[in-house]
Amino acid sequence: MKSYSLFQKDWQSELRTRYAINALAMFILVTLSVIMFSIGDEKTSAHLSGGLLWVVIFFSAMSGLSRAFVSEEERGTTLTLQLIAKPATIFNGKLIFNLLLVFLMNIVITFLYSILFDSFVIKNYELFFLAFVLGNVGIAVSSTIIAAIISKASSKGTLYPVLSFPILLPLILTLLEITKFSMDGKLLSKSYVELAVLFCYDVIMLTASYMLFDFIWKD
Amino acid sequence: MMINNYKIKLENVTKTFGRRLIFRNINFEFHSGKVYGLAGRNGSGKSTLAKIIIGVAATTSGKIVHTLNEKIIIEEKLHEQIGFVSPYLVLYDEFSAYENLVHTLKIRGKLIDEEKINYWLNEFNLFDRRNDLLKGYSSGMKQRMKFIFALVHEPEFLLFDEPTSNLDNTGKEKVYQIIDEQLKNKCVIIASNEDNDLALCRETLKIEEFKN
Repeated sequence: MKSYSLFQKDWQSELRTRYAINALAMFILVTLSVIMFSIGDEKTSAHLSGGLLWVVIFFSAMSGLSRAFVSEEERGTTLTLQLIAKPATIFNGKLIFNLLLVFLMNIVITFLYSILFDSFVIKNYELFFLAFVLGNVGIAVSSTIIAAIISKASSKGTLYPVLSFPILLPLILTLLEITKFSMDGKLLSKSYVELAVLFCYDVIMLTASYMLFDFIWKD
Repeated sequence: MMINNYKIKLENVTKTFGRRLIFRNINFEFHSGKVYGLAGRNGSGKSTLAKIIIGVAATTSGKIVHTLNEKIIIEEKLHEQIGFVSPYLVLYDEFSAYENLVHTLKIRGKLIDEEKINYWLNEFNLFDRRNDLLKGYSSGMKQRMKFIFALVHEPEFLLFDEPTSNLDNTGKEKVYQIIDEQLKNKCVIIASNEDNDLALCRETLKIEEFKN
């Protein structure tokens, strides 16, 4: 409940300041436009368009998801948070906020992508949906803990994608594979290994984040 | 009314930043019912010690034990007992005074007591401006708002770092009056180098004495 109250505070703050939403919306528009212009009239293979979807998602996540902690640090309100809640509450609240942002962002991206790119055709929706949900959770958890780590650094903008890349790489590669499977119409039962990898990634990142956050949070 | 016995024990507290010593081996006890001072010139480490005492900064060596009625308060629950005011404490500019208090109380898991919120807003002369965003407040108003933020959840331990900075004479008098009349049963520490602030204190810890 305390975490939900923190999420409510962050969401109301976000609606007023538009720190993350504007950054994400602009990035999605710009990235999709760039891809459209660079492809032009050329036919792209289905697998390439599936791959590009996750490139758009990765870079959009890099542009907006660090705000959860960076905005607190930049405004100087980190101490206020430290005074009103224990670290686990803060991490949970920020994670709920980032989960909502990631799901909203990725639903918009996938919807626009499926309209704009003819070659992006999903044949096994069930498999894609499972990968989408597990992938979004993985992106949200990883980006929340990385945001907490980099929020105290001086060059946050550079550090965030640099630190995120090796951490998100296994997740993105697995998601690329499953997206390819779902575009080929491969059965769900034949993709259990990849889905298990995604699930394990989420569990490991979540556990590591809770263990690490107490140390990051204290000066 | 039951009076709680809050105690803070500093045991060999040392802090260094790299090779720079801030203070060494501070041993001291703070108790309920007394106002304590933390004195020292600018840059002496008052704020660093204040942050260490409230648990948001780590010591280099030594430890700090908070107890309430002889029971040790675990680090995770420490924030529930602390009221803190300082120039580097920043509240949310995009929210009004009322919204700031409601959000922070909810995050603390406390019930919203309108009567109590209004009482403190009235005490610090902010009731009429309670629905204005904090970004429109003057620095003095923001300082008064920090006192409400520190007091509204009824903590047992209060640490005021430079409490009267940015306040006019009326604001200062109000702060002194509240410390003197309403917080006399609490454990209160004032970190300052203002003589008027330290005049309220019955015992003062001088940081300069722990530099060797």
